Amino acid sequence: MTRPGELENHTIVVRVENKAGVLARVADLFARRGYNIFSLAVAPTNDERFSKITIVVTVESTPLDQIVKQLFKLVNVVEIAQLPADQSVERELLLATVDAPAKTRGEVLEIVDIFEGKIVAVSGEQLTVSLDGRPDKLDDFEALLSEYTISDLQRSGRIALPKIGRQAARLRAV
Amino acid sequence: MSDQEPIRLNGGQALIKSLEMEGVEVIFGYPGGAILPVYDPIIDSKIRHVLVRHEQGAGHAAEGYAHATGRPGVCMVTSGPAATNIVTPLADAYLDSVPMVCITGQVALAAIGTDAFQECDTTGITRSVTKHNMLVTRAEDIPMAVKEAFHIATTGRPGPVLIDIPKNIVDANNPDAYFDFVYPDTVDLPGYSPDGRPSDDSIDAALELLAAAERPVLYVGGGVLKARAAEAVLRLAEMGDIPVVTTLMARGAVPDDHELCLGMPGMHGNYTAVTAIQRCDLLIAMGSRFDDRVTGKVGAFAPDAKVIHVDIDPAEHGKVRIPEVSVVGDCRLVCEALLAKLEVKGGASAFADHTPWRQQVSGWQEKYPLVYQSSESGELLKPQHVIESLRDSCPPDTIVTSGVGQHQMFASQYWTFNHPYTWINSGGLGTMGFSIPAAIGAKAAYPDRMVWAVDGDGCFQMTAQELITASVEKIPIKVALLNNAYLGMVRQWQELFYDNRYSEVYLSHDMPDYVKWAESMGCVAFRVEDPDEIAATIAKANAINDRPVVVEFRCVEEENVFPMVPAGGSNDDIIVDPSQEQPAHSTAAQDASMTDAQRTGEKAK
Repeated sequence: MTRPGELENHTIVVRVENKAGVLARVADLFARRGYNIFSLAVAPTNDERFSKITIVVTVESTPLDQIVKQLFKLVNVVEIAQLPADQSVERELLLATVDAPAKTRGEVLEIVDIFEGKIVAVSGEQLTVSLDGRPDKLDDFEALLSEYTISDLQRSGRIALPKIGRQAARLRAV
Repeated sequence: MSDQEPIRLNGGQALIKSLEMEGVEVIFGYPGGAILPVYDPIIDSKIRHVLVRHEQGAGHAAEGYAHATGRPGVCMVTSGPAATNIVTPLADAYLDSVPMVCITGQVALAAIGTDAFQECDTTGITRSVTKHNMLVTRAEDIPMAVKEAFHIATTGRPGPVLIDIPKNIVDANNPDAYFDFVYPDTVDLPGYSPDGRPSDDSIDAALELLAAAERPVLYVGGGVLKARAAEAVLRLAEMGDIPVVTTLMARGAVPDDHELCLGMPGMHGNYTAVTAIQRCDLLIAMGSRFDDRVTGKVGAFAPDAKVIHVDIDPAEHGKVRIPEVSVVGDCRLVCEALLAKLEVKGGASAFADHTPWRQQVSGWQEKYPLVYQSSESGELLKPQHVIESLRDSCPPDTIVTSGVGQHQMFASQYWTFNHPYTWINSGGLGTMGFSIPAAIGAKAAYPDRMVWAVDGDGCFQMTAQELITASVEKIPIKVALLNNAYLGMVRQWQELFYDNRYSEVYLSHDMPDYVKWAESMGCVAFRVEDPDEIAATIAKANAINDRPVVVEFRCVEEENVFPMVPAGGSNDDIIVDPSQEQPAHSTAAQDASMTDAQRTGEKAK
């Protein structure tokens, strides 16, 4: 349980109509009402009329309810689900280019191997590595790699689905 | 499906035809480059177009029309600066939940994004001040865009919707702008399905609190008017013997003359309305949103009350105050559901005896009525006196609009609103200059009713040019200009909270010459400088029906609006008129030896 006032990350999945400007509307709403977006991932769903936006927000627990209600007021928002970490499958992708001269290359490769990551590009001095998995796994991977000078790094932002057999908490207020 | 025969139209014709299909009777607008092709078919349409003198006027006139009728107001302007000029009315309509459809021209699709002449990102700029907006990219999408706009603007919690129309899709010279027009019967909005019906559980929970309450207050807001719920609310109040306060947005929703009506709460509400909320044990918020101008310091607002919050917008529930019972629904349907169940439970006998509470409330009314000191013959006027005289000499169905500031508060306090939809003002956004264009909108809707715009001298100078619109379009509104030579409300705050240091608030009584200005715009104009002339001049103004009238009432400079709750303060710290004994619970009473200005100035530090 989070105590009131304590900051917490929440994953919200928003199904929206696949129309121009919808992402801007959602992002605008967060900015205007003073909510912080931690990460955001968006792509069309298997039904081409809709896209899914996975947003990780940093909030106290009370305003989350307000965020959801305000999001529902957007005409193009069709459905919102909150996905608690213990009831969902969360994945994220990380790409990093790391300094790996001959002296330390073996150590970097070993870390990639332990995490079951992939080498996606190689040069004489650097490696570009990729890893997908749970966000906390990526955090650990990133921390270990940072010992070897990361020259570039990009994470995809979190995406999530409810665990099979569990119903995501529907937050549609009416 | 529709059984209409398709007709071959271009986008511009289709837009006007769609508005006709929606039953639009008047458009308030201003033409320009990008919207030109849509103005051509207006010549052949039965829809009246009112040519305003500034785009802001078009928006406020549409709002005035919507406030008065409950039907969506329609305004139409061109791209770029016209679109930015109408942002203020959109924001105003958004905050006050006014149904409005705004059509803006846009540069041709191919030019969008190139910083073309009179191009701006209209949908981007207006996103946060509209309920919804859309950029239409194909002529054949215009009918559905209009259908959706009217549907969204008028259902659920009403609000403004903007349609941005690139020039090429309405251009009669563009072959691609032609299509077979059929107006759609239905909309397909998978993410939008507002339902005004309350849940049974929430109604039952509300009934439980209603039955137990000993000191209930109905806190009626603008949502009651939007839901056409005035009659149902009054029935509920009467059945339960429940005192009612009507917010600035709901004046007239329950008649001021009714014994249960306590008038307006809030920063400049009367003592009884404010204090009844502070002492109640059950607050029934009906279509109201706990605005900071009503609550003052939220933590000290209605401290002993349980709250039933009735509102159609789920996001209003718990936004400011967490209610004990949340009833999401349309105010009229909620009241009717409550009444139906109450009837079964024996009507009035389902409630506790509220007689002691009613007596307590009456005691406050006797001790703290609204008061002001009249001015003598030969002196300048008191604004309250002007409002009272106006009130007493106008027909009961007169529509009153106002700008924003002291004159607005005096009008709300001293007019007796006995009918819903007779008071039109800018509550949420607080838009100076609202009254004249809003009055034009209301008068265009009801040509046979008297419409008075109560205005201040600051507000008048912001939108006075719309009196030319009123003259030319033969929309004979009347303006009561309360000229106190100051931005009065700002002056009041500087007196009370900034040590009488008056910074940039002096406007002067005679610059401009309001009578000459009004006459130059085709109005009949009068100036009143003596209280003895007020009634006779109003009578003359009321006798004129063929032209707009402006009556300049020269008011004293230093009159302040009381009661007053200092911004951010507790409602218990209400300051009543200096001629009255300050209430014991107010910090204003603690040092009677200080002057009022010192006392309130001290508090602000």
